[in-house]
Amino acid sequence: MAVIRAEIRSGSYFDSAVLMQLQRSLAQLDGVDDAGVVMGTEENKEILAHIDLVTPEVMASKSDDLVIVVRAADEDTALGAIGQVDELLTRKKSNVDQEYRPKTLASAAEMLPDASWVLISVAGRFAANVARQALDLGKHVFLFSDNVSVEDEVSLKAKAAEKGLLVMGPDCGTAMISGNGLGFANKIRKGPIGVVAAAGTGLQQVTTRIHQLGSGITHGIGTGGRDLKDAIGAATFLMSMDVLARDPGTRVITLVSKPPAPKMAAKVIRKARQINKPVVINFIARKPTMRRDGNLWFATGMDDAAALAVELANKMPDLSGPPVLPIEKFSTGQKYFRGLFSGGTLAYEAQFLLEDYIDRVWANAPIIKENKLKDSLTSEEHSIVDLGEDEFTVGRLHPMMDNEMRIRRLLEESKDPEVAVIMLDVVIGYGSHPDPASELGPAVAKAKAEAEKAGRYLEVVVVATGTDEDPQNLDNQIAQMRAAGAWVSSSNEEVIRYAGSILRALNETAEDEYVFTPVDLSTLDKELMAINVGLESFAEDLVKQEVPVVHVEWKPPAGGNEKLAAILERMKKFS
Amino acid sequence: MTINIDQANQKAIDAFMEARPVLVGVAKVMDVIPGMHENLFLHAGPPVTWERMSGPVRGAMIGAIFLEGKAKSVEEAEAILKSGQIEFAPCHHYDSTGPMAGVMSPSMMVYIVENTTTGYKAFSGLNEGRGKVLRMGAYSEEVINRMKWLNEVLGPAVDRALKEMGGLDIRTLLAKALHMGDDGHNRLDAASLLYTNFLAPYIIKTATDLTQASEVVKFLGENALSILNPVMAGCKTMTQAGHNIEGSTIVTVMARNGTDWGIRVSGLGDRWFTAPSPKVKSLYFPGFGEDDACPDIGDSVITETAGIGGFAMATAPALVTFIGGTPRDAINTTLDMYEITFGEHKHFNIPFLDFRGTPTGVDIRKVVETNMSPRVNTGVAHKDPGVGQVGAGVVSAPMKCFEDALVAFAEKFEI
Repeated sequence: MAVIRAEIRSGSYFDSAVLMQLQRSLAQLDGVDDAGVVMGTEENKEILAHIDLVTPEVMASKSDDLVIVVRAADEDTALGAIGQVDELLTRKKSNVDQEYRPKTLASAAEMLPDASWVLISVAGRFAANVARQALDLGKHVFLFSDNVSVEDEVSLKAKAAEKGLLVMGPDCGTAMISGNGLGFANKIRKGPIGVVAAAGTGLQQVTTRIHQLGSGITHGIGTGGRDLKDAIGAATFLMSMDVLARDPGTRVITLVSKPPAPKMAAKVIRKARQINKPVVINFIARKPTMRRDGNLWFATGMDDAAALAVELANKMPDLSGPPVLPIEKFSTGQKYFRGLFSGGTLAYEAQFLLEDYIDRVWANAPIIKENKLKDSLTSEEHSIVDLGEDEFTVGRLHPMMDNEMRIRRLLEESKDPEVAVIMLDVVIGYGSHPDPASELGPAVAKAKAEAEKAGRYLEVVVVATGTDEDPQNLDNQIAQMRAAGAWVSSSNEEVIRYAGSILRALNETAEDEYVFTPVDLSTLDKELMAINVGLESFAEDLVKQEVPVVHVEWKPPAGGNEKLAAILERMKKFS
Repeated sequence: MTINIDQANQKAIDAFMEARPVLVGVAKVMDVIPGMHENLFLHAGPPVTWERMSGPVRGAMIGAIFLEGKAKSVEEAEAILKSGQIEFAPCHHYDSTGPMAGVMSPSMMVYIVENTTTGYKAFSGLNEGRGKVLRMGAYSEEVINRMKWLNEVLGPAVDRALKEMGGLDIRTLLAKALHMGDDGHNRLDAASLLYTNFLAPYIIKTATDLTQASEVVKFLGENALSILNPVMAGCKTMTQAGHNIEGSTIVTVMARNGTDWGIRVSGLGDRWFTAPSPKVKSLYFPGFGEDDACPDIGDSVITETAGIGGFAMATAPALVTFIGGTPRDAINTTLDMYEITFGEHKHFNIPFLDFRGTPTGVDIRKVVETNMSPRVNTGVAHKDPGVGQVGAGVVSAPMKCFEDALVAFAEKFEI
């Protein structure tokens, strides 16, 4: 009859690789059927129960207890095996050749004062405190640990922003700094592309593809999966982009993220637009609506992102020449868009493309019903009205034939002091009004003049749809509209993106700006040296890369005694 | 007023380091220790009753009864000690420190060490050398005769010499000895030779009997622990200078009596925080083993409290032959102690560590935080009275002392 014996040790902390080795060594002892060496978490206890390795002590163990349990032929064998645990533990020879193992981060920092990085992979509930200490010592943090609370992440990143330090994580698996991998990382050639990723394997996939395509990276910065959630505010993402923007070695920046919060995506894109380098963006699960917008390139996937980045780095594009926007002409409070369309599809596309620039566009014929205008006759905020809809054409000519109603609406909208941009379509060809610009042009001129008289500036943008062979002649129509002061193009998308760019600039608010102390670039460029707290294998991997590293023999504060740890925490306020 | 622990601790260890202990003379316990009386016997460590008293302390008490001429047989002596006629008190309650059993009785001679910065005086007995000695709990005739010789011959000779030379600066001597391979606690070979070397001319100069003077110089020179007691008293004056500083978490006393381990904390007054004394991880003399060993004992851990001894082990690699291990272990011990101390000593430093100051001022916060307690190198006495030393080794202070002190600190200062 086999017996099961267990020993519970509280306050012991070992990385899981050590525990697995120990478990294997115990199970291999003569007379031992099976052995388990795990932390006493609920999941682990379930697994132990499943393989018949539980005793009442095991079930009573807590998540920070080390559980050693053995099933053996008899009592003596079981207890004998447990008695060998310490010997087996010390037999494990470390691959990190380090004559002294400091017990605290502070002493490690004294041993390796030039270390700029601290890798942290201790249990989640201890990780934030270790990270805080690292920041207080002026070190960048690679925070592998998960189960760090959102509040802790916010406060850590706020501290980091103040000190000009990076907090990569929590739950950051991968980073590559100056050719050295932290955590799970690949050996990537050095090259001209800088990558920021809120996606661990995303960073690995994109950088390995860049490598395979013959190029390489400056830095691959992981931010932790939550960085682009509203609560965190893209803190590390924005600081990392700023690093790469200033880094002279980085010619092209690539951004990768799991689906970001829409506001955060907007924030990142806004920041990216200010960078005078090509920026390739791949927000997974968000389908791009355009390929290029100024210095931004939108990739359809990670592979595409890597290929685009390599292509751009190999042949740097001309970033000059986006249209000059008349932003300064508008007066305070002018920020809304009004689209007055005769063509339903043109109106639809405007709704869709404007999503890239502004939050919400109301419409009488909306793409999604939540955006339906309460009253088609009264615009709200950003609004698009298709005057060719049935509601307007009952007993009336279609607006492609009769301009009267649109002119009236144009003059009405132009009186709204919050309106900045009005869009019209001029659709010509057989069946349309014989010379729409001859009526719409003067109306535009009048609207603009009245706005000017009221101390405002009104931008009227026009898409002109037709050909030079149409009876109304496209060039003639365009010339008339331009003469009236309108901004005209025959491409609906071009007009919408131009209008969108103006609207985005007018609707940006200063409070959205994330304020931080810029990271000192030299801390990333100099020879990487690191302090490792937690999984010893991370230190071993750095040793393999010939990175000087000090591994801290870390233990939970006060040996895991929560009452004492709480006192120590409170005492910090008295020192 | 809210406390600032770091500032208070800095003040405490500054006081440790500013203390200037000078060995000024030798005198009878009764004549120099304030509050001493005929029926008061002092012992090492925190307070303990006869019932709980460890073998070596009981043995030394019996020896002291013999020395005081109060009894002729062990039975008689035990009867007196059990009867309540004799009051027992820790050396530390009377500005004293005693190695191992640490027993001091009224007629014994003691060294007087004065902190010339503050005028505070501390006391410690005359060292008997190694082997069968009273401080290890032995009380045979040979032991008592040596005690008498120390009282009647060595003590007066050293006192005359010290007075003639105008006192001996213990801090300077220690600083020098640390550079000569001593840790200041278990290895005092260099310090004891320096001590003998300084004293010898004055012992001879002030001698009343040259044969005796020669015996005294020979005894001092041959005893590698000659200076242990003045060093302990010197360390006591240092740590006492940092005691009672409001809001300080620095340990100012560590002491054990073979039954209990005890500490006092600067900001917590004269309260003892105790826990059962642990067994020493030891190498044993031939014929002895773990079953013979008394748990950790003695006031000599005042040296670690002051920032030397085991804490300075990196400078005394030869010590590892005495307690087991490798020179690297010695260095790592010192490096570990930096993790639990508040500062580094201004006057005691370690050449191998680029002359870094020794780890100074055990901070109960750091001890609890790192779950690592002070490490001490120490001799091991036999658990039974009357036998003596059986080995030497290393021991870590019980965590409970520091944990209890931390909780008490939080209560006192409403943290």
